[in-house]
Amino acid sequence: MNIAIIMFFACALLSVAGAMLLILAREPIHSALALILVMMAVAVLYLLLGAPFIAAVQIIVYAGAIMVLFVFVIMLLNAGVEERTDFSRIAKFGGVPLGFLLLLEIAHSLYHSPVGKAIANGAGSSNDAADTAKLSEMLFRQYLFPFEATSILILIAILGALVLARKES
Amino acid sequence: MEFISQHPVLVAAVVKIAVLLFIVMTALAYLTWLERKVIAHIQSRWGPYNVGAHGLLQPLADGLKFLFKEDVMPPVADRLIYTLAPFLALSLGLTAIALIPFGPPIVQFPNGQPMFVVSDINLGLLFLFAITSIGVYGVALAGWSSNSKYALLGGLRSSAQMISYEVSLTISVVGVLLLAGSLDFNQLINGPNGQAGYWLHFIPKWNVFPQIVGFLCYLTAAIAETNRIPFDLPEAETELVAGFHTEYSAFKFAMFFMAEYANMITVSCLATILFLGGWLSPFPASWTWQNYLPSVSLLLLAAYCAWNTVSEMRGIARLQLGVVTLLAGGGGLICLYPPIAAGIQGPFWFTAKILAILFFYIWMRATLPRFRYDQLMSFGWKLLLPVSLANLVITAFVIVWPLLRHG
Repeated sequence: MNIAIIMFFACALLSVAGAMLLILAREPIHSALALILVMMAVAVLYLLLGAPFIAAVQIIVYAGAIMVLFVFVIMLLNAGVEERTDFSRIAKFGGVPLGFLLLLEIAHSLYHSPVGKAIANGAGSSNDAADTAKLSEMLFRQYLFPFEATSILILIAILGALVLARKES
Repeated sequence: MEFISQHPVLVAAVVKIAVLLFIVMTALAYLTWLERKVIAHIQSRWGPYNVGAHGLLQPLADGLKFLFKEDVMPPVADRLIYTLAPFLALSLGLTAIALIPFGPPIVQFPNGQPMFVVSDINLGLLFLFAITSIGVYGVALAGWSSNSKYALLGGLRSSAQMISYEVSLTISVVGVLLLAGSLDFNQLINGPNGQAGYWLHFIPKWNVFPQIVGFLCYLTAAIAETNRIPFDLPEAETELVAGFHTEYSAFKFAMFFMAEYANMITVSCLATILFLGGWLSPFPASWTWQNYLPSVSLLLLAAYCAWNTVSEMRGIARLQLGVVTLLAGGGGLICLYPPIAAGIQGPFWFTAKILAILFFYIWMRATLPRFRYDQLMSFGWKLLLPVSLANLVITAFVIVWPLLRHG
């Protein structure tokens, strides 16, 4: 068996397990740690797809900056163990089958989409995303407008948070 | 044997990891010795002196002590995370060093693998930042899982401080990246627009000269990132007992210590690569006498040890220093052999530069008092960040200006 396939299944399992743990853990810090695990596993998946730049940025930005802030806030608020209520009936009997249906549908459409076929045929090893210079050229030429629009969106979000958090005087 | 010839990368990597791990572990141990000695001499004391000649066996004795002490775990601690935190800190600290090239890629094993770097990847710098950016979890989780006020405060301070200074650290490095136009360590040092060559025939083209502001910002932010004095608020003993590692004992405590020193070595390596020309010698390649510098310095060390053995040491210490003399002398003689003398050049200059930065670190610790917490934050956000940002903008402008004029 190919080592890349073994790595893929190991990381896929790890990320799914991490996501389950994220929801099921009752201690907020455990949830945060599980989310970090998911992000690391996804970063390795990016590496396997031949996108090392995105993998590194995924770790630096998500695991290294955003999740540190999450952990920081959880520690600062000293959030305790969550209280659990019973699952709602609709979620149990309607939600779980629907979730599986959605999963199947996504898998089906990915399997038949050009992206999925390209990945299955081993694209990615010679991906443009592997080259940082090409990637940044795409980001700052071809996709300049979405890029700048996103940064303005983030700025607006920060301002909104500031306004919401400001004390009424 | 077939396996070895079929998997050159894997075999070379395993050998390099084993050797590097041994060297780094020894270096970590003796970095504590160096730190205690240097601080002691700055403060007119002797430092460790009794365990081994000049206290040379002190790191070994400390290690044994940590191994045999009782490993106390607070009953209220979160068991899993409390155990995980020191392993996380140390393993991340050691992993980062695997990316560092200690010598030129031309020096290779017989099977064509580069000898002085474990993992030679295209985006070395980015992955190094990725590893160091998750290093904060070791400290933060240790503080949280101990379930103690002091530890929690230490962990909180540490994560706040690391987030704040990581911004300046990364931005201060980008100026160098703009000059070099690459994220690959080998190209950063030696590439087409790298740091090889001279200005005015005698000033080496190291980035420290055009990027002096970036270098100073990097050094400051790096000290803060590694939680060293004057930025060691997370473990300020006058306020927080011992900060995030208050509740840790025995080998888990030692692991935090080793992680801190491993991080010191990593940031020193990075400063060397980015600003001080990495493994490049400050002298032109035509000066062939510099090939003998490693062996001459080792032989001088051996001569000093020999003199010290005969004139001052008594009893068992005389024997111990005699062994050091033989090791240094033997190493010096081996380095006289021309192929080895030529191959050892890169690691020799690299180590010399790292040692200079580490000495600077220790010097700071012996000299400066600790910041107050609000001073730390305002220094990071109101001084360091604007200065490194201005440095970045000016560097970018200087690079783009000729293009704007002609295009």
